[in-house]
Amino acid sequence: MSFSWTRVRAIAVKELRDYRRNRFVIGTMTVLPLLFIILPLIQVFHTYAHVHSSNLNLHVGASMLYMLVIPAFMPSTLSAYSVVGEREQGTLEPVLITPIRREELLIAKALAAFVPTLGIAYLVFGIFLAAAAFFANPVIASAIFSGTHVLLQLLFTPLLAGWGIWVGIAVSARSTDVRSAQQLSVLGTLPLLAILALISLNVIAVSAGLAVGLAAVLLAIDLLAWRAVAAMFDRERLITGRSA
Amino acid sequence: MTTEPATQVTSRGEPITEASALDGSKGESALVVEHLTKHFGERVAFDDVSFEVGYGEVFGFLGPNGAGKTTTVRTLGTLLAPTSGSATVAGIELRPENGSAIRSRISIMPESPGLYLRLTVRENLECFAGLYELDDVRARIERALRAINLEDRAGDQCGSLSKGLRQRVALARALLNDPAVLFLDEPTSGLDPVASREVHGLIASLRERGVTIFLTTHRLEEAERLCHRVAILNTTLRLIGRPDELRDQLFSRSLDVRVRSPLEDPTAVLGGLPGVKGWAHAPSGYTLAVSDPEIAAPQVARALVGAGVDILSIAESRHSLEDVYLELIDEDVEARRR
Repeated sequence: MSFSWTRVRAIAVKELRDYRRNRFVIGTMTVLPLLFIILPLIQVFHTYAHVHSSNLNLHVGASMLYMLVIPAFMPSTLSAYSVVGEREQGTLEPVLITPIRREELLIAKALAAFVPTLGIAYLVFGIFLAAAAFFANPVIASAIFSGTHVLLQLLFTPLLAGWGIWVGIAVSARSTDVRSAQQLSVLGTLPLLAILALISLNVIAVSAGLAVGLAAVLLAIDLLAWRAVAAMFDRERLITGRSA
Repeated sequence: MTTEPATQVTSRGEPITEASALDGSKGESALVVEHLTKHFGERVAFDDVSFEVGYGEVFGFLGPNGAGKTTTVRTLGTLLAPTSGSATVAGIELRPENGSAIRSRISIMPESPGLYLRLTVRENLECFAGLYELDDVRARIERALRAINLEDRAGDQCGSLSKGLRQRVALARALLNDPAVLFLDEPTSGLDPVASREVHGLIASLRERGVTIFLTTHRLEEAERLCHRVAILNTTLRLIGRPDELRDQLFSRSLDVRVRSPLEDPTAVLGGLPGVKGWAHAPSGYTLAVSDPEIAAPQVARALVGAGVDILSIAESRHSLEDVYLELIDEDVEARRR
């Protein structure tokens, strides 16, 4: 039986419907973006007015970093629930009984976390850029739009989300309860976020070319992570907690 | 037992499936299990299990908790890999590479309904129709809902349904893909008597429609009422056959005789009667071991009347499936003690 997008769609639609009616998910999807748009905007419109122009680039990087927290934490929290949460509710076994292949189930779970995350992260970033372009001090706006800040944000948002998703699903597949899965998966995204923090804060200076190169490396890591998670997504392990 | 595939129809006479069993299934067995074994490390879940189930048959799989019933279902449903042995499920050999094909031809209703509680009944069924890549989803869902009499609750969130109704939705979900074999794992577990009776009614109607059902349960009256044949599992397969065959196999046939006052010399009256192999005292009379109750009963009645005894009743002893089950499980417990 070949890969079926119909089955992927069935699970992804189900997940999105479930998110829409889950207060915890709605809360995460609302509070986190609100928090991480308000802080950078306060910095742009208030704090940076007092910052010396030589340090402006550093502060703009810090603001951008806030917005990378959204693709780092939101999908890892969602995907950490995806396996262990279903196992706790008894809904995993009926799905595994159907013809769905593990690659299809994985892609469906990943898409369901990826699509809303990417939408929200880019929306928040768009609002930030629009606010900066139209209402911020031209010097500050120039600092935001010059250099690699925007490119880094655009490139690393989906890649960071991808990493968060695979870490979340991997942890979820091995966990016995939702809460510890969510805590562990957030921890799992921290190393990558730390590297991006060093880049955003100019500790590691990157050109546009280097940023694209780093994004390619991160894409390769995401693909490897997908293969690794697919390998551990064994029906017997998911049902019994042990491999055949 | 091998029967031809039957077309499922709803209680209103509409087909749920065009031909429930698949084309290649005609004349074959729905399940063929040979020396199947499953170990989890050192622990034996079930060992050397062999049986066959025909198309259209309702096959009961009985056993105490931990006997390996659910593990057997999960193994045949390709969720667990067998340690050894072989099986053919719905005409397909049980191998890892056939997992998806087997799962598309069967359905398993697990002990817990496993519904998405924030989704409506219809949304749950839509999701599974997609997983089976079914055509004409809307009509199929309508028919499945009609079959379980839940059309009017299609828009309700599953979280708002009672346990019995959730079990019915799970049954509708299991019927969506017109399975060649439907596995029901403890379908009435945790249900109150009214909800259990409703589920029994649904299973009985599926049986009438010729759906092949593999029913695991430890409710013996359920198996006796619904199943053509039963197997008793306690890690190994202990017995298999029709409930009445199992009774005959384990218990000799006997007559319960109730009389107003005891006989002075029972041996003289009952001992030499044709077809009576022995007798024993019972609380209000005698229990006679007989070769054929229909031949022995009139002889016994005549002898007792001839001896001037007032007969209250003469009846064949009925051993229930529960007696069979308890006898076997007790034997196992005794064997383990030794």
